[in-house]
Amino acid sequence: MRFLLIEDNQALANAVIDRLCLDGHIVDHSSDLETAWDFTSTAEYDLILLDIMLPDGDGRTFLKKHRNAKSRTPVIVLTARSEVSDRVGILDLGADDYMIKPIDYSELEARCRAVLRRQTGQARNAINFGEVEFDSLAGSLKIKDKRVKLRTKELRLFEVFINSPDQIFPKSQLLDRLFPYEVEASENAIEVYVGRLRKHLSGSNVSITTVRGLGYKLEIL
Amino acid sequence: MRYLILSIVIFAFATSAKAFEIEDRAVFGEMKDGPVLRIISTADINYFTPMIDAFRRFRSDVVIEYTVASSTEIMRAVYDEKQPFDIAISSAMDLQTKLANDGLARKHSSSLTQNLPDWAVWNDMVYAFTQEPAGFVISNKILEGLQTPQNRQQLINTLRQNPEIFRDRVGTYDIRKSGAGYLFATQDARVSDTYWRLTEVMGTLRPKLYCCASEMIQDVIDGNLAIAYNVLASYAEKSPHSDKFTIILPSDFSIVMLRTLLIPVSSENPQLAAEFLDFVLSETYPSGVSPLLKTRSLEDATENTLYRIALGPGLLVYLDNFKKKNFISEWESAILQD
Amino acid sequence: MTHPNVRGSIRQRLLVMLLLSAAGIAILLYAVVQSVAKQVVQESQDNILAASALSILDSARVIQGEISIDLPYSSLSMLDSVIDERAFYSVRLNDEFLSGYEDLPRIANLSDVTEFQSASYLGEGIRVASTRRSFTTVDGQVYLEISVAQTLTGLNKSITRISQISLAIGFGFFVLSVLAAVVIARSTTKPLHLLTRSVSRRGPSDLRPVAAPVPTEMAPLVVSLNNLMKRLQNSLSRSEDFIAEAAHRLRTPMAIVRTQAEVTLMRIEKEENRQAIREMIRAIDETSRTAGQLLDHAMVSFRTDSLMKETIKLDELIVDAVHRVSPISELRDVEIELQTLDKVVLAGDPILIQNAVQNVLDNAIKYTDADTTITVSLVRGTEFAEISICDRGSGFEKNEIIHLLKRFERGKNASGVVGSGLGLTIVDEIMRAHDGTVSLQNNKGHGACVILSFPL
Repeated sequence: MRFLLIEDNQALANAVIDRLCLDGHIVDHSSDLETAWDFTSTAEYDLILLDIMLPDGDGRTFLKKHRNAKSRTPVIVLTARSEVSDRVGILDLGADDYMIKPIDYSELEARCRAVLRRQTGQARNAINFGEVEFDSLAGSLKIKDKRVKLRTKELRLFEVFINSPDQIFPKSQLLDRLFPYEVEASENAIEVYVGRLRKHLSGSNVSITTVRGLGYKLEIL
Repeated sequence: MRYLILSIVIFAFATSAKAFEIEDRAVFGEMKDGPVLRIISTADINYFTPMIDAFRRFRSDVVIEYTVASSTEIMRAVYDEKQPFDIAISSAMDLQTKLANDGLARKHSSSLTQNLPDWAVWNDMVYAFTQEPAGFVISNKILEGLQTPQNRQQLINTLRQNPEIFRDRVGTYDIRKSGAGYLFATQDARVSDTYWRLTEVMGTLRPKLYCCASEMIQDVIDGNLAIAYNVLASYAEKSPHSDKFTIILPSDFSIVMLRTLLIPVSSENPQLAAEFLDFVLSETYPSGVSPLLKTRSLEDATENTLYRIALGPGLLVYLDNFKKKNFISEWESAILQD
Repeated sequence: MTHPNVRGSIRQRLLVMLLLSAAGIAILLYAVVQSVAKQVVQESQDNILAASALSILDSARVIQGEISIDLPYSSLSMLDSVIDERAFYSVRLNDEFLSGYEDLPRIANLSDVTEFQSASYLGEGIRVASTRRSFTTVDGQVYLEISVAQTLTGLNKSITRISQISLAIGFGFFVLSVLAAVVIARSTTKPLHLLTRSVSRRGPSDLRPVAAPVPTEMAPLVVSLNNLMKRLQNSLSRSEDFIAEAAHRLRTPMAIVRTQAEVTLMRIEKEENRQAIREMIRAIDETSRTAGQLLDHAMVSFRTDSLMKETIKLDELIVDAVHRVSPISELRDVEIELQTLDKVVLAGDPILIQNAVQNVLDNAIKYTDADTTITVSLVRGTEFAEISICDRGSGFEKNEIIHLLKRFERGKNASGVVGSGLGLTIVDEIMRAHDGTVSLQNNKGHGACVILSFPL
């Protein structure tokens, strides 16, 4: 996906960009409203991540202008301010959702997906890999006209694999990508989810293979 | 005192040290310890006995002492000597009024007195209990064949046209001697000046002047008088010889005298006096049961020819020295023409 | 809601003052009417007395050098025409008594004008009119003096009647004044009531100055009120700004560290290092969550202290909150099921109540077992509306239920779950501010229920 990150703290911005790129996203960054406005008028974004406190104004003015311009690009506000006092105003001004810093990236992904799912008329964002057509927004796999609905964790896991086919992912890394850090989970859980995905993929030329001692990878047989 | 040399009649008693004179006295009931009601009155004992008896039927314990005196003597007894009378009854309306006006009568008011007609009460002190009109008393024998005069004008004409009949045979009060005569004369003169013409006509006939009504009536009965003027009808009616004369209440106007009673301030038994007063009024007023309030002649008279003498300070005017002197001298010049 | 220190009432004070002055005026009216009427009555009596005295004087003439008086009947009868009245007179030539009542009080130094005096005679009060005229007789110039007097029965009767009438007038005036005073007092305090109503009708965040027209006398009050509201608004926004600023200062660096740590975690292979960074991320999460809740708590305390209520549709608020947490619950494969959802409208601070519901939902998602369903329901009873949020976790330990609502207490089963222990405290404070309660229950066998109960 293509993100526009509007964030004036350079260090935080760099970190976020790095983190999103690891998931295979493309991120444009602007540290003020004026640049952000230039970006939105020249490029199409799937999602805008907007900070509220900016050097040349309040993020809310951008929101207002953005909505007035009838742009359909969803906006998720990243705020460090108090949730209580700001959230009503933010949602009323047309933000699709908001998150409080520091950001839990698995939650961000979940919220992005929820927001995008709510968008109607958006062209399907389907990826074809081998005989498998993957729709991340719908959370479904299509194999030879047979559509399978994935559960959240299965979807998330498949997303990790399909964003980097043929790359070997160690179990521990998958664990970190799949579960929030606050939850203590064992590597067995990964084996369970991998088992479920393999079941869905059976009958196609795509499979998750075990690279002994290293981890798993997605490949076309 | 060269302005005024008067034979002071009225106020003379004011300086008199003499005790008042009585004419008669009667006591009803036995003088014991019971309450005594003392009445002083101008009316004869006989005249008032029925009323007293009626009262004593209710209050047999009350002893009533009834004293008869002339109106001037009543004045002396009550006004000057402050004799302890409980009731004063008099036909002299002017003197009764003066007693009340000068503060010698006690005020009395009851549910009974409040319902009396206005003319019958003055100042809650003087109460009228009779109406007695004055009229002509005409000898039936002497005036036989003549048309009976019905009013003063007719009387004047009759007198003028028949001097031979009436010379020396016309009688009226000597107003210098009779209080009642003076009262009638002044009221007559007040209402109409026919009075003065009548007096003048009478003056030409050498009239006889009387002190008292009874004597006048007697002379009519005896044939000494053809006509007596201004005689109380109530007196005449009671005469045993009433067939000898005719009483005429003048149709122009009849002076009506009110006999009154009052409670002197010197009363020693005012409560009993008030009780008696209420009793008399209750006997006389409601539907005219009592013979005292109505006379036979009144029954024929029409109300609008009756001229009741008004109780009140107006009567004091004729008690005034000057007034009296003037009136009498005028009267004298009319009636004494010889 | 604190009750103001009430002493007295403008309306009552106004009413009392109006009534007192009305009573004063009524008494004055009574006195004036009576005295004027008395004067009029006295004058009419004097006129009659004067007419009487003059009529006597007129009847006097000099005949052959001597004074003669012919007292007219009407001179005394006129004194008695309406009401029985005792009458007295005296006639004097110079100082010599001629006729009438010799001891009738005289007026000293009589001039040619008729004069009057009140006196007492024969035990009763009287009014005397005296007049005189000069005559020329054989003795030369003499004065004939006439006094006429009358008792006061009629006068006193008239005065009694007038007293009654003036009393009635005074009383009538007072009664009308009472009615007027009530109306006036009501209309005077009306602008105050209007102002009160317009201020109390306002929404919680409406701190605009009062713009409605008010009478001059109330202008200073409105100015002070407007100033107060301005200061309140300033202090409100300052407090919120402070909390927002503090949050920003805390969270931004933590966000950097966390993100960097996560990026690092993905790049390193060595399991021991990974474990260390995982611990670090977890610690950061816990710290930032605690900071967030502390700030939330400060905000909640601030808002509950000056609670501003508006109408809330509780059912819609719950739907919104569930919607908001659904991405997180999905992340854990936890379903949230909305069961009974009665329509409930109540007055409260929507931000606070939203915060409370969200806190409970966050807890439920956090503590429930994976692949379970959280049930949410809103039931409207006769006296209470109850929000129940039940999870399928391990539930509360029975003896710690009371302590859980205290600051920084965490359940014994919370080990391994990031949390500050402030969540339920915040919920409890919010509920108390709304006269409601939080109760914690264990589901039979498995899971816990948090019940938020609002009075209706």
